[in-house]
Amino acid sequence: MKIDLHTLGPLVALIALVILGAALNSSFLAPANITNVLARSAFIGLIAVGMTFVITAGGLDLSVGSMAAFLAGVAIIAMNAALPGLGSNWGTILLGMAVAVLGGIVAGYLNGALITKARIEPFIVTLGTMGIFRSLVTWLADGGTLSLDYGLRTLYRPVYYGGIGWITWPIIAFAMVAVLGEWIMRHSRFGRHVEAIGSNDRVARYSAIDVNRVRLLTYVLLGALVGIAVVLYVPRLGSASGSTGVLWELEAIAAVIIGGTALKGGRGRVWGTVVGVLILSLIDNILNLADLVSPYLNGAIQGVIIVLAVVLQREKRAAEER
Amino acid sequence: MKRRSLMKAAALVAAMGMGSAAFAQDGEKKIIGVSIPSATHGFMGGLNWHAQDTIKRLGETYPNLEFVLSTAGDAAKQVNDIEDMMATRNIDALVVLPFESEPLTAPVKAVKDAGKFVTVVDRGLSQEGIEDLYVAGDNTAFGRVAGEYFREHLEPGSKVVVLRGIPTTLDNERVEAFQKALEGSEVEILDMQHGNWNRDDAFAVMQDYLAKYPRIDAVWAADDDMALGVLEAISAANRQDEMWVIGGAGMKEIVKRIMDGDKQLPVNVTYPPALISAAIEMTALNFVSNSPMTGRFIISSRLITPENAGQFYYPDSPF
Repeated sequence: MKIDLHTLGPLVALIALVILGAALNSSFLAPANITNVLARSAFIGLIAVGMTFVITAGGLDLSVGSMAAFLAGVAIIAMNAALPGLGSNWGTILLGMAVAVLGGIVAGYLNGALITKARIEPFIVTLGTMGIFRSLVTWLADGGTLSLDYGLRTLYRPVYYGGIGWITWPIIAFAMVAVLGEWIMRHSRFGRHVEAIGSNDRVARYSAIDVNRVRLLTYVLLGALVGIAVVLYVPRLGSASGSTGVLWELEAIAAVIIGGTALKGGRGRVWGTVVGVLILSLIDNILNLADLVSPYLNGAIQGVIIVLAVVLQREKRAAEER
Repeated sequence: MKRRSLMKAAALVAAMGMGSAAFAQDGEKKIIGVSIPSATHGFMGGLNWHAQDTIKRLGETYPNLEFVLSTAGDAAKQVNDIEDMMATRNIDALVVLPFESEPLTAPVKAVKDAGKFVTVVDRGLSQEGIEDLYVAGDNTAFGRVAGEYFREHLEPGSKVVVLRGIPTTLDNERVEAFQKALEGSEVEILDMQHGNWNRDDAFAVMQDYLAKYPRIDAVWAADDDMALGVLEAISAANRQDEMWVIGGAGMKEIVKRIMDGDKQLPVNVTYPPALISAAIEMTALNFVSNSPMTGRFIISSRLITPENAGQFYYPDSPF
């Protein structure tokens, strides 16, 4: 059996980064640091898994970062409003979680419906909703910060910081969603339809696939995952503002592409996306842990690694096609 | 007799009405344009709130003043806003907080050359002598006051980490002043990374500091949004008792905790977002009074301590 180097490219890069990190700083492999990095990756990770489906079906969603900020704001407002009636207990928090996830589904449906039913380019639709969600959260917060009631926060806090040993809930949620996402993409009818639409939507339509329905579902799935990310994000700092989730959409898209999913659609790889997310957060972590370069250059290092990761895959792919 | 005086009164009222109408037509109605960056982080949110609040209050106090407020997400949009104000609203004065110094210098100079009153707030233009009035916080003092507190309250050999803001000249001035205040002391600055005045970024940077350094005695977060992210990271690592944190700008939640004597937040340094109110108010006074309103007005950065925190607590502001 031949080892497929080109699919393993991102994994090799990830392992190289881990070795580099461990060599530069001994605290890199300490459980505390690993927990930090994995838990931090969970938000982008959950979103990126959903983004893998959207991009594989030939779509794009630029609104996810703003959507996350907006949902976090709405969930906080809902919990604060329910507090006098329901009291400071898990019921109120479950209500906030439901608001975030249902809100995500509605927002995703809105994006998907505008794209499939009104037939507007995904780039334009989600660029529009990106601005709308961002403005709405700034408006809801009156330009400031929406903060969750202190008592509720104390109760809600373990959802981000707690877990089973050092494996905190965000890590567990990310792992479960990743495994489930990989299974859906590989083994379910929905996953195969998504890939078929992304590689050639006309052929998919002739093969009796309900193209619009599947496309719409990818956006709804992404919206729901943004909602779950918000459920885990809110207990971390207990607040949302206009600066929440800025550029998350680009980080998620970058993670998807680093992982080997084609930006033009047709080939999705959920486990690759997970590796992409980990690569991105490890770069940040390593740059903070080791004083390699001036902090002014952090963005440049990230850019170089992203481009390199994709270039390596491209060369291998070209060699394969020959 | 009675009827005549009544008629006289009526005539007087009419004349007054006409008079005030004529007053306005003579150009006494003044329009003041206010252009500020949009509320992208806590401090700017507070600044936006104070700007709207001041405009509402001044509009009620002086009926002959009209205000046009625009917020911009980037320098290019701000340039467009100012051009629009000149072309369509015919403003008499401009209060501007430049998003960036360089790109805004020429457009603001054009406003000045058209004979308008120009007030520049907080970030100076790259060419001197354009503005009539300059209102700003004191970034050097902001860094120095914090640095002096660190110097006085830390034992020799103490270790400090710093979170920087978005890379700008403003951030450089603060950090340089902070470093200068610590010069010659035995306090060591372990690391300085950019938290971009953002809670989430500061949280991540602080987590990494905590993983990297077994001993940290104090944190200069330089901004209250960042301070909140930092505090969260510290409590997640259970190291609350090892270090204290100094933020900056006087956010209400932080000021409240100082009032309550929180050990982790001993003091704070002001950099009031209400400086925009001072700028708008002084610009308005230029048109409604004889007070000379030109020159430079620098708002000092002061130390908020548990004793005086009450003076700096604004529960209604979003910041």
